[in-house]
Amino acid sequence: MAKVKTYDFDTLSNHAGQRPDKETGARAVPIYQTASYVFRDSDAGAAMFNIERGGHVYSRISNPTTAVLEERISALEGGVGAVATSSGQAAVFNTIATLVDQGGHIVSSYALYGGTHNLMEYTLPRFGITTTFVDPNDIEGFKKAIKPETRLIFGETVANPRTEVLNIPEISKIAHDNDIPLVIDSTTTTPYLMKPFELGADIVVHSATKFLSGHGTSMAGLIVDGGTFDWESTDKFPQMTDKYAGFHNLSFTEEFGPAAFISRVRNEAARDFGACLAPHSAFLVLNGTETLSVRMDKHISNTRQVVEYLDQHDMVEWVSHPDLENHPNHELAKELLPKGSTAVFSFGIKGGREIGQVFIDRLDLFSNLANIGDAKSLVIHPASTTHQRMSVEDLEEAGISEGLIRLSIGIESVDDLIEDLEKGFRTASKALKT
Amino acid sequence: MYINVDNQKTYIATGSKDHIQGNLGITFVHGTAMDHTVWTLASRHFARRGLNILAVDLPGHGRSEGDVISSIEGMADWVVKALDASNQDKTIIVGHSMGSLVAFDVAARYPDRITALAMVGTSIPMPVGDVLLDNAKADKHVAKEMVNFWSHSQAAHLGGSQVPGTWMLGKLIRLLERSGPGVIYNDLKACQDYSEGLERSKHIQAPTLLILGEDDFMTPVRNTKGLIENIPHSRTVMLPNCGHAIVNEAPNEMLDALVTMV
Repeated sequence: MAKVKTYDFDTLSNHAGQRPDKETGARAVPIYQTASYVFRDSDAGAAMFNIERGGHVYSRISNPTTAVLEERISALEGGVGAVATSSGQAAVFNTIATLVDQGGHIVSSYALYGGTHNLMEYTLPRFGITTTFVDPNDIEGFKKAIKPETRLIFGETVANPRTEVLNIPEISKIAHDNDIPLVIDSTTTTPYLMKPFELGADIVVHSATKFLSGHGTSMAGLIVDGGTFDWESTDKFPQMTDKYAGFHNLSFTEEFGPAAFISRVRNEAARDFGACLAPHSAFLVLNGTETLSVRMDKHISNTRQVVEYLDQHDMVEWVSHPDLENHPNHELAKELLPKGSTAVFSFGIKGGREIGQVFIDRLDLFSNLANIGDAKSLVIHPASTTHQRMSVEDLEEAGISEGLIRLSIGIESVDDLIEDLEKGFRTASKALKT
Repeated sequence: MYINVDNQKTYIATGSKDHIQGNLGITFVHGTAMDHTVWTLASRHFARRGLNILAVDLPGHGRSEGDVISSIEGMADWVVKALDASNQDKTIIVGHSMGSLVAFDVAARYPDRITALAMVGTSIPMPVGDVLLDNAKADKHVAKEMVNFWSHSQAAHLGGSQVPGTWMLGKLIRLLERSGPGVIYNDLKACQDYSEGLERSKHIQAPTLLILGEDDFMTPVRNTKGLIENIPHSRTVMLPNCGHAIVNEAPNEMLDALVTMV
């Protein structure tokens, strides 16, 4: 059978989106630290404003450095285009704001990053947008939660911190049967471990602050359009299909076809909400993408050994990681994430919150902080930090107990990481006995 | 807007502007298994300059109803019917790839309707490889992948879109995937079978612009030699580092070239 050989992942992760600078020959992506761009002449300026020419007008809308990142992630995900944002949270908000109007409704997995939960549970209702949260393993629950005013289904590939694996193929069918898109937060897996578009997702969002960047240096987000959703198959998305007075009666589906959604994001959300990515941050994320596969392989191999170690430890009550056979999504993870599922997971320590704090405070290599996906190993107690605004009921529903400790496994020597954890457990064990 | 051609609902994009009776038109004809969206930037530009835009979706393509037309001549006749249905007497006509053959055939056989001709990513003849044609005939997805792959220059396979944040290969494959069963084969076969070209080129009266990609694998520049020699009033703009999908890879340079025709 005939095949078409395109560039492989590792080539795209290093090159996609960039052509070496014509003027200087610079091999690295230049940082275009500029707010605006000189128009060739007045007519060209008018043409740029009216989407008649490609190029850049103002760095809130687009910038040559961030555009390389946008293309690169689109290439790695297999999408039609992307818009970079100032953070992953901005990527989630801009996606929702593009698709959901006042009175609209979202169906979301309840296994979410705390910030996304805050947005959906507390903030969006102020703007008339409500969310029904569903157990990610309850496929029928997604179906039942859909209302006439539902405009999207949302979930994370592998949830943070309890590692529920979303059944994207099944949930995308539910979304499409109801003429709505499936929006997937792919932060923890990156396109190296999973490509959600190939499984049925329509839009992918990232916190590029995490594994894509990989070094904990930059806040960044990305929205990627798969170009697969047929906005014209339904009357649910007039913002995509009807004439938009905010842009001289432009219809996004009519003029941009498969790139309708991402064009609307750039020409409305980026323009009006303003959460643009700084070019220097884009540069740092681009540096991260160049080593993405190498780092992810190391993250995953280290994680496997740490999970095995924790699973056999006396001080550990439970470990939640899809590699383990007792994980409810073990088989699903093998199917959807054959290269490995996640380097971010949680475990329960004997003695609960107090002992957990003793354990965390004793660690030397694991840094206690609110981030994941760094090359360095990280640890945190979610109930008192990232997820502290959730009610006791919501925490329980999300499976976040008082003794839950989240780890983000880095790419250091795994022997040193395990030794560090062992020191923590020794101290915790003594504290538990006293 | 929708018009009626041969009793079928037919879509033409107008660059988001209404037509003004009596104004010069500029008609855009898309390539194999594509639609009007490949012309969005140029359409918006010429609409702002007051031209009546007719970026057609050929029958069975994009938003237009009807069965696909199996020959370039048939498509050309249909374009003239679309001009009639739009009350557009005179027009510049621009075509890409298969659409360039259609535009050429309109200019050759209906010279009184055409004030200028632009052929983007073109050659006459326009042969199609057996592997591609066979896979297209079998309606295999790989045929669309081949068109996407060979339509872009080697450089474009790593991106560098002029439209910020757009992954060109992703955008074109999604567009091709929207085409219905049999469309890609019909269009490729029509290109393959168009044999009258070089003979007809002598009848072209309108000033003609050829916009070619130096790295075009689908319609290599060497195959345009006869066309350039035979068309009485032609000139060529050669785009370096650009493949066949000029609409995707070099929309700005293409627009700059087209502007010189108006």
